[in-house]
Amino acid sequence: MTTKPLLLKNGRIIDPANNIDQQGDILIINNQIARKGKSGTLSCPDNGRIVDLNGKWIVPGLIDMHVHLREPGEEYKETIASGTQAAAAGGFTAVACMPNTNPVNDCQTVTSFILAKAEKEGSARVYPVGAISKSSSGTELAEFGEMKEAGVVAVSDDGRPVANSQLMRRALEYSSNHNLLVISHSEEMSLSQNGAMNDGILSTRLGLRGIPRVAEEIMVYRDLALAEYVGRPVHIAHMSTRESVDLVRRAKAKGCKVSAETAPHYFSLSEEAIGLYDTKAKMNPPLRTHDDMLAIRDGLRDGTIDAIATDHAPHSVMEKDVEFDQAANGIIGLETAVPLTLALVNKNILTPSRMIELLSVNPARILRVEGGTLSEGKIADITVIDPEKKFVYSKEGIVSKSKNSPFLNWELTGKAVLTILGGKITFSDLEI
Amino acid sequence: METQYRFQKKHILGIEDLSPEDISFILDAADSFKEISQRSIKKVPTLRGKTVIHLFFEPSTRTRLSFEIAAKRMSADTFNISASTSSAQKGETLVDTARNLTSMNPDIIVIRHSSSGSPHLLAKHIGASVINAGDGTHEHPSQALLDMLTVRENKGQLKDLKIAIIGDIIHSRVAHSNIIGFTKMGAHVHVSGPATLIPPGIEKMGATVCHKVEEAIEDADVVMALRIQKERQFDPLFPSLREYAICFGVNDTRIQSAKPDAIIMHPGPINRGVEMTCEVADGKRSVIMDQVTNGVAVRMALLYLIMGGEDR
Repeated sequence: MTTKPLLLKNGRIIDPANNIDQQGDILIINNQIARKGKSGTLSCPDNGRIVDLNGKWIVPGLIDMHVHLREPGEEYKETIASGTQAAAAGGFTAVACMPNTNPVNDCQTVTSFILAKAEKEGSARVYPVGAISKSSSGTELAEFGEMKEAGVVAVSDDGRPVANSQLMRRALEYSSNHNLLVISHSEEMSLSQNGAMNDGILSTRLGLRGIPRVAEEIMVYRDLALAEYVGRPVHIAHMSTRESVDLVRRAKAKGCKVSAETAPHYFSLSEEAIGLYDTKAKMNPPLRTHDDMLAIRDGLRDGTIDAIATDHAPHSVMEKDVEFDQAANGIIGLETAVPLTLALVNKNILTPSRMIELLSVNPARILRVEGGTLSEGKIADITVIDPEKKFVYSKEGIVSKSKNSPFLNWELTGKAVLTILGGKITFSDLEI
Repeated sequence: METQYRFQKKHILGIEDLSPEDISFILDAADSFKEISQRSIKKVPTLRGKTVIHLFFEPSTRTRLSFEIAAKRMSADTFNISASTSSAQKGETLVDTARNLTSMNPDIIVIRHSSSGSPHLLAKHIGASVINAGDGTHEHPSQALLDMLTVRENKGQLKDLKIAIIGDIIHSRVAHSNIIGFTKMGAHVHVSGPATLIPPGIEKMGATVCHKVEEAIEDADVVMALRIQKERQFDPLFPSLREYAICFGVNDTRIQSAKPDAIIMHPGPINRGVEMTCEVADGKRSVIMDQVTNGVAVRMALLYLIMGGEDR
């Protein structure tokens, strides 16, 4: 399909993969970045459109390496269509979707279904992540080879962590045959089961069963140790505690092949956000203490944490407007990641370049997928961010099918205003 | 000019929300209501025309009966819904139950539920006043109030008393409400029991943690034992009931180090021979039955006060 040429003019081009942060223009022809140059140096072909982006950032399309699209199985919460629309509205051009659908994505049939749907109805690239074990039941390995052939980019135990250390070891070993990344949802279930929030004084006060921080840290350590032992890379998902960050920091210092992500809620909120039983602040791992939140920010700043992924987890009111201990875990995140990360830039914790590394360059590198760059000749997956734009994140404005967010009614600063996927506009808040 | 104190709570969700003035005011009101239960005709018209619904999602004998008697002695119309008869069995959510009840215009809902925070959820979705009759492992405010009333009657005050609470603190909403309440009133709460049953951060709620039961009981004015709540335990927290009784049970030997006039309390139901021996439970220092009597008075006071305290 051909689209009209598009000239993005006078924007601040932030392209960490090419070490660029300067004013400039980008010309998109067909689905590619045709030219990139200093402001005013590029001209647009006669049939093209010109967008003036003065005051806005032009960055490589954002990639969220951890989302739940709920299809197949829970289409009332989200679908591949609605989830990728939410992604586009949040500035994402690609998402990696976790395997805990119904049925579980543990075979090529489900993987192919997801990819076919995404091809037909998607507003973003969809990278399926396969299950580590059949049905995610933690007993036998799923068929990595077949899933890889069908298109998975990684395998994960997200949602149903692998308890058996031998199985995790085998998964790490066997992943080498298929060149698949193993993503660890680090949770020692015997410590966390039936827990509803972080274990501590607040859980005591609220009378809620706690999930101790060590439930995460023990498994971060186990999976780092196993990966080092078998000499394979591992990616640690949604880290939430200070010690988890330290464990990864030490493993990296030793030269281990480890990468790690956190989610915006872990650097924006602490457990206090639960207030009096607000289920919108319930997720797994749970919100931790203020000190953990600061440690996560440090990890993002110093490079210990490689990626910001939202763990976008849509749930309907049926799962959320219930007793706290019975409420489902998870919050939506695609449409708030940009302003929440920008808040760290405005606090001088992250540079704009570092922000784009975390949200685009590194996820592309870790998942080994296209994107993460604004090099000439590359696919035109581009996000335009207005760093000054203020908006109230209201229920009515949410694109996702579900509205479960602790950031509802917050006044946020900074927003994706134009999302371009392969040269095609998937979301626009601009007059074009 | 002194400002006149007024009780202004719409709901009774926890001791946490009550000020020391609120607590004293409730206890004073309860004191004055005790007399009604001594009469031959135990009924006053105070809450005539008011509708009280008892919504019990967990088994209860004492608390439920106590609330019901309190409401009936105040002439309210009372209705009972228990988990086995409610739509919860058919999968109705608590929020839907709340909406349906609201449509029938009750004045007060008394709720007991196994999930912490469920009274707060109910209060958010309902026009009526909500009284928490025990939510999960969170709070049981009316029990703490009746405990404070019982101690105040026996000791003349709450300030500066040493209160020993022994046993399953982590699963006990009674312990939580009592720690908050007694501490607010200036008493010193000491807790002891198996370390696996002491919740994290309990010191920050005002309690002193003692590793030996004897340390908690020494010179105590009040010794309260809590029931071992087998139904709320997901994993083995101590080796056996036998060892529990030996190491942590409140028995005659252990209470000797308490003050000579110390009183013995238990919120019931008692596992006799486990957390407390029969000799102690039935001994002359035991005020366990006074607690039950005071329960009715405290609940009458709560119903009266949240209805605005008029027409007394």
